[in-house]
Amino acid sequence: MNYLEMKNVKKNFGDLEVIKDISLTVRQGEVVAVIGPSGSGKSTLLRCATLLESMDGGELSYLGEKAVYTDNDGKVTYAGADELRKIRSNFGLVFQNFNLFPHFSVMKNIMDAPVRVQKRNKKEVYEEAKQLLDQMGLSDKENCYPYQLSGGQQQRVSIARALALKPKVLFFDEPTSALDPELTGEILKVIKDLAARHMTMVIVTHEMNFARNVANHVVFMENGVIVEQGEPEVLFNSTNPRMKDFFGKFHEV
Amino acid sequence: MDIVVMLAKLAEGMAKSVGIFGLTLLFSLPLGLVVTFGRMSKNGVLRNITKFYISVMRGTPLMLQLMVVYFGPFYLFGMKLSTSYRFIAVIIGFALNYAAYFAEIYRSGIESMPTGQYEAARLLGYSRIQCFFVIILPQVIKRILPSVTNEVITLVKDTSLAFAISEMEMFNVAKGLAAASTSMVPLVIAGVFYYIFNFLVAFVMEFIEKKLNYYR
Repeated sequence: MNYLEMKNVKKNFGDLEVIKDISLTVRQGEVVAVIGPSGSGKSTLLRCATLLESMDGGELSYLGEKAVYTDNDGKVTYAGADELRKIRSNFGLVFQNFNLFPHFSVMKNIMDAPVRVQKRNKKEVYEEAKQLLDQMGLSDKENCYPYQLSGGQQQRVSIARALALKPKVLFFDEPTSALDPELTGEILKVIKDLAARHMTMVIVTHEMNFARNVANHVVFMENGVIVEQGEPEVLFNSTNPRMKDFFGKFHEV
Repeated sequence: MDIVVMLAKLAEGMAKSVGIFGLTLLFSLPLGLVVTFGRMSKNGVLRNITKFYISVMRGTPLMLQLMVVYFGPFYLFGMKLSTSYRFIAVIIGFALNYAAYFAEIYRSGIESMPTGQYEAARLLGYSRIQCFFVIILPQVIKRILPSVTNEVITLVKDTSLAFAISEMEMFNVAKGLAAASTSMVPLVIAGVFYYIFNFLVAFVMEFIEKKLNYYR
């Protein structure tokens, strides 16, 4: 089943076309890595998919339900507020700079949304949150505040916070770009574990080896278009000169 | 004049000053939040109205504003109000004035919040109202506390401006007693009172700041 479907998505910032006609499908259990040079529109694509940014054209749907569509005259229509709220509950997002709530303890960061927004049973949510923290290797941190944690720990809390809402698709926006190599390893391991549990994920990343090893589908973007996409081995051995150049620079270092 | 009589009269004035202080905070703190919503509204008309309101409140003397609120109903509309309106006028004048200042303090705090906090809340499904009251406002309060302390301390001293419409608060009483007894003592006592009052205010605000220091 197609968990996420983007068709002919366009996004402009003023006169600048950041995303030009991109289509992307993510099936259940798939791990998609979006790679490409800075400024290629990767993050913007992710922000359009998570409804943080409004689209200027195209179609967006989750599990077959349309969140955004464009009619023949090019008029972009978003679903109603209630419908969008329902559609939003299908996905979560892990930010580059975590965006934890600093005034909440680790436990409250994870529990507050399921309890307050989804109105779920507090005790039940607590048990699940404990399990998530355990899975993230943070079982002793539930009463800490974000400032007391390392960047890697904070990012793991933010992953737990997103997972607590039981999303069908989890997006990552350069989840390791604010971390040093050691902490990056921590996060990549967590994502790898999630992949092993068949979590559907879309990851914008600059970690080429990681994209190659964990993703089952890699998308290479540049200048707002998808240059090439496919299985990692095919993509990383592409004969496309632009991609050879990009990967070549990566290997040179 | 007997010192006991003097102290009793000053105590009455003190109670009035504390009353003005407490009621002003009670009304102006929430009202300031409403004003800041108007000031930050997407609606241009509303935004400009509140901007004008803040500019008038900050741009004219509070003493003058008190007079307008107190005498305005009679001179403008011919309304005859009882003398008990005097205290109400003081509270209205102070609350309207301080709300404008608090509104700008709130705005500075709200605008200093990183957009990531809003985005995270949105992704987690919080409604706009939940996001503001659960995620944003508690953090804003921590950020603006030093500015609020400043404003509250100024308010303690500003309560003396109520003498302009003959409200018998601390300063007015002390002034009267000083004239009647040809002595500086009542004014010195008044000075000590304001100082101790503000000392307590600073103490309480520091306590709250420490309480909010559990996170960074």
